[in-house]
Amino acid sequence: MLSRRIIPCLDVRDGQVVKGVRFRDHVVMGEIVDLALRYRDEGADELVFYDITASPQGRSVDRGWVERVARVLDIPFCVAGGIRSVDEARAVLHAGADKISVNSPALARPELIDELSAAFGVQCVVVGVDSLRDTDGEWHVRQYTGDPDKTQALARGTMDWIIEVQQRGAGEIVLNCMGSDGVRSGYDMEQLSVARAICNVPLIASGGAGTMAHFRDAFADADVDGALAASVFHAGAIAIPDLKRYLREQGVAVRL
Amino acid sequence: MTVVLVDAGGTNIGSVRYALQRLGVDASLTADPAVIRAADKVILPGVGAAAPGMARLQALNLVELMRGLTQPVLGVCLGMQLLCEHSEESDTPCLGLIPAVVRRFVDSPELRVPHMGWNQLMRKQPHPLLAALDDGDWAYFVHSYAVPVGGYTLATADYAGEFSAVVARGNFHGMQFHPERSAAVGATLLRNFLAL
Repeated sequence: MLSRRIIPCLDVRDGQVVKGVRFRDHVVMGEIVDLALRYRDEGADELVFYDITASPQGRSVDRGWVERVARVLDIPFCVAGGIRSVDEARAVLHAGADKISVNSPALARPELIDELSAAFGVQCVVVGVDSLRDTDGEWHVRQYTGDPDKTQALARGTMDWIIEVQQRGAGEIVLNCMGSDGVRSGYDMEQLSVARAICNVPLIASGGAGTMAHFRDAFADADVDGALAASVFHAGAIAIPDLKRYLREQGVAVRL
Repeated sequence: MTVVLVDAGGTNIGSVRYALQRLGVDASLTADPAVIRAADKVILPGVGAAAPGMARLQALNLVELMRGLTQPVLGVCLGMQLLCEHSEESDTPCLGLIPAVVRRFVDSPELRVPHMGWNQLMRKQPHPLLAALDDGDWAYFVHSYAVPVGGYTLATADYAGEFSAVVARGNFHGMQFHPERSAAVGATLLRNFLAL
């Protein structure tokens, strides 16, 4: 049986792992390779590295750390941040990443998703969607969320975008519900459930995990394939082995 | 022992190479027929699509060479599918070393494609490639096409039905999952291949 995936997300700035609250006020947490191996040892199913400043600064991911991670890590990992072209994606994949995730550059130029899936296959192409409910009651996507001063609200509806990216060749979608991000009050179950109904590729929940029950809800009720979280893991509030044992007791298929 | 990775253009070549390095084996990446023919072990990695994968082997003049190899050969992911007779993906004739036709998973609301994530291996027949593997061990899969179960199947996984996770016929072997990304289980299986 296919397991549900637990995916720690490591924000990378200038080659180091950092953390912030609500995308602001970042502090250095440690070296990338050390943290990657720590999470591997604890039973993480996959890791995501977000180069949070690459896209707002208009530069691509630094390949050096991607290769350092690839040499030592024996679980899959995805790299996100500032990949704007097939050539930039190829460099990251050839450095050893299993998948690349695109977000702001795909909003600026949606054809990027078609180009990436044609070049590498849909299985390499993850599309990250940062989404917030606006005063009109609809969910809309946000661009350049790595830097609060550059974050832009777009007219594009989140669900329309989720449909479009699948047509263009997204092999997986990470839905980051910004309203709940970093505050540990639970995943946005309503938004995830709506997205699940229109998403035929793997869907990863992001934003809001605070307790082990939040993970259970996302898997059992919103039927997501993976759950991404950062602060609860980084702060040690939830240990991955405990989480996986709990999920198994709750009837969720996990790799133990 | 010399181990070569056939440079068929897959993006996981670096990952497979690093995984072998972690096992103490420095594999060279090559498309040179003489180097491939002389190697003790040959690995055909692959991420991407069947048609460009076969086109690259043809462009490198490696199709007949691959078919004629007598040392242990391992195809990984797309590399395993290329060992088969034919792939439904762009209706592509493949190497014909495993008597199987590669078919696409049929997606539905209950079955998301690609099949992406950790799934459990179940042994179907004993083979040195499966040494120390237990039923239920987890491996990491990422694929939209799969090899049906047949006489060549050593182990299966289940995604709305069983498919081949590990295959072998003569000196040709295949793993549909990514041993280089399957933690300790993957390392064990790669070590088994190196010991064949």
